[in-house]
Amino acid sequence: MNVWHKPASDGAPAAGGATSMVRRPASKRRSTRLPPWLVSWFQVGPLALILTVLFALPTTLFLVVSFYDYDRVGIYPAFLLDNYRELLTTPATWRVYVSSLRFALIVWAITLFLGFNVAYFLIFHIRNSITRTIFFLLCAIPFWTSGIIRTIAWIPFLGRNGAFNQILMALGVTSHPLDFLLFSDFAVIVTYVHLFTLLMIGPIANSLSKIDPALLEAARDAGASRWHTMTNVVIPLSKTGITLGSILVFTQVMGDYFVVRQMSGGQSASIVSMLSTEIQAMQYPPASANAMVLVIFVAILVGVMMKVVDVRKELVK
Amino acid sequence: MDNRFDVELVSVTKRYGATLAVDAISLRIPRGTYCCLLGPSGCGKTTTLRMIAGHEAVTDGDILIHGENVSDLPPIKRGTAMMFQSYALFPHMSCLDNVAFSLKMRGVAKKERHSRARDFLALVHMADYADRLPAQLSGGQQQRIALARALINRPRVLLLDEPLSALDPFLRVKVREELKRLQRELSITFIHVTHSQDEAMALADLMVVMQDGHIRQSAPPREVFERPVSPFIARFIGSHNVLRAPHGQIAVRADRCRLGVANDGPHVNGQVIAVEYQGAMVRVAMKTDAGDEVSALVPDQMFYRQPAEPGDLATLVWSEQDTHALMQV
Repeated sequence: MNVWHKPASDGAPAAGGATSMVRRPASKRRSTRLPPWLVSWFQVGPLALILTVLFALPTTLFLVVSFYDYDRVGIYPAFLLDNYRELLTTPATWRVYVSSLRFALIVWAITLFLGFNVAYFLIFHIRNSITRTIFFLLCAIPFWTSGIIRTIAWIPFLGRNGAFNQILMALGVTSHPLDFLLFSDFAVIVTYVHLFTLLMIGPIANSLSKIDPALLEAARDAGASRWHTMTNVVIPLSKTGITLGSILVFTQVMGDYFVVRQMSGGQSASIVSMLSTEIQAMQYPPASANAMVLVIFVAILVGVMMKVVDVRKELVK
Repeated sequence: MDNRFDVELVSVTKRYGATLAVDAISLRIPRGTYCCLLGPSGCGKTTTLRMIAGHEAVTDGDILIHGENVSDLPPIKRGTAMMFQSYALFPHMSCLDNVAFSLKMRGVAKKERHSRARDFLALVHMADYADRLPAQLSGGQQQRIALARALINRPRVLLLDEPLSALDPFLRVKVREELKRLQRELSITFIHVTHSQDEAMALADLMVVMQDGHIRQSAPPREVFERPVSPFIARFIGSHNVLRAPHGQIAVRADRCRLGVANDGPHVNGQVIAVEYQGAMVRVAMKTDAGDEVSALVPDQMFYRQPAEPGDLATLVWSEQDTHALMQV
């Protein structure tokens, strides 16, 4: 991701050396050259191995277990659809999905607004590349701290006797501490926004940095207002970044466990916390079914977003 | 107001911090003029163009278009349109939408703006490419689209920022002719920034030579070529020999110089350092005894009657009437 510097031209450093090395006609001096098909396998191998061992195998395992039978003491191989049936007919499931989707939508809207504006500022308003790098670091450095710590850090700030309430009271904005700040949906959203805005800034800044600033002048020259330049030129040209950022934020919120548990004070549940309750009760088959449904649900969401914007086509540019 | 001029610059100045990019220049461009701003890089020509376009604020001075002070107006209210050096076509829009863009911004209905955009695509012979994306076109074709996009608003002044620099030499000559033809047909003022004196001489009605943020000479190309005011101009437009004379520096056109025998007339002695065959002419470069580099452009027939070789001693001669005194700047 080239978010640090605006490239001088569109000079895509993409698919570089590796492929050209394969295409180069074999030199006669080096008779020990590997055949091209083997080179390709070596190139694909590491990623394929990681994906197989850490993704495909466990997912297949979940899929198999999700059809198993279980009781209080163990799980038994079977092919039952009961786990799915129970999951999908329980109102609690739907409530949790609706609640997670609501969080995801609100957080998506806020991080998109913030992320786009921050990225736009960094790319188009800061001309000095050193200053830009410093600002990017300021955005990124908090990310070096664990998300759990950054979540917990909000508690003393937003609490009933927390720093924020004390500031408000000292300023005379309110006479008694505000209770909705912590252990509420508000607290959950604030924490999500704090955690995930950078996930928007990065991809959007990357897209924006590929826009020739002359395009903005050309739009102005043609009589476009700032708003029209945004809607007609900048946003259409940054939709890859917007989509990538949206996918990151959506999947993070849908897969969250810790933030909702810590910050909602037990008032909201997340899909994963539902799942973890089942795991703690050693109900592995329903937990697997739950996990499969979540994976499929998120996959469909991502698929829809990819359908709207062909990210792959844009990325290879 | 006086409307004989399309564009007037009144001591226009541009400062970037402590750097003076354009220093109080004044210029009047008569109606329907093909004006070339010419100069080496960093001379302020592009900044001047961008100030006329309204993409750069003037630090001081005024810009008038059709007698109206436009210094503080946005580009669209100035009646100017700019063609960018990189063409700046919107990569996500078809050629038709690119050309129709400013109509869309003015709220013209889709059907009408598309039909008008098609007219302008036809004007630049690109009607068959309406549905293509810019990336699917060659550089020359992209430029035509950019031209159509700039012209669709019927600007009073068209501003071109180094429009030919990205084209190969063959295409450059073709496009050059076409720009001139368009300017004649539309009879509006074109202001064309370039660093190539060939381009400026071929195109311009008014040639404005700039250096270090100043206008050094502004006149029709023929006058600039025949009577360059300073050694800088004479050297910059090329094909001139700048020589020392008792009363300051003089310029002599290289094509008026011959290799020959020193008579009573003006001459300078030196050594041939290079011979370049250029087709109709042969360029003989010499180093004078005083250390100046000079050259003679000799018709090929004349040269081959008495050829010279690098290393030969030779005398450069010309006639008194071709001597042109230069102002010392």
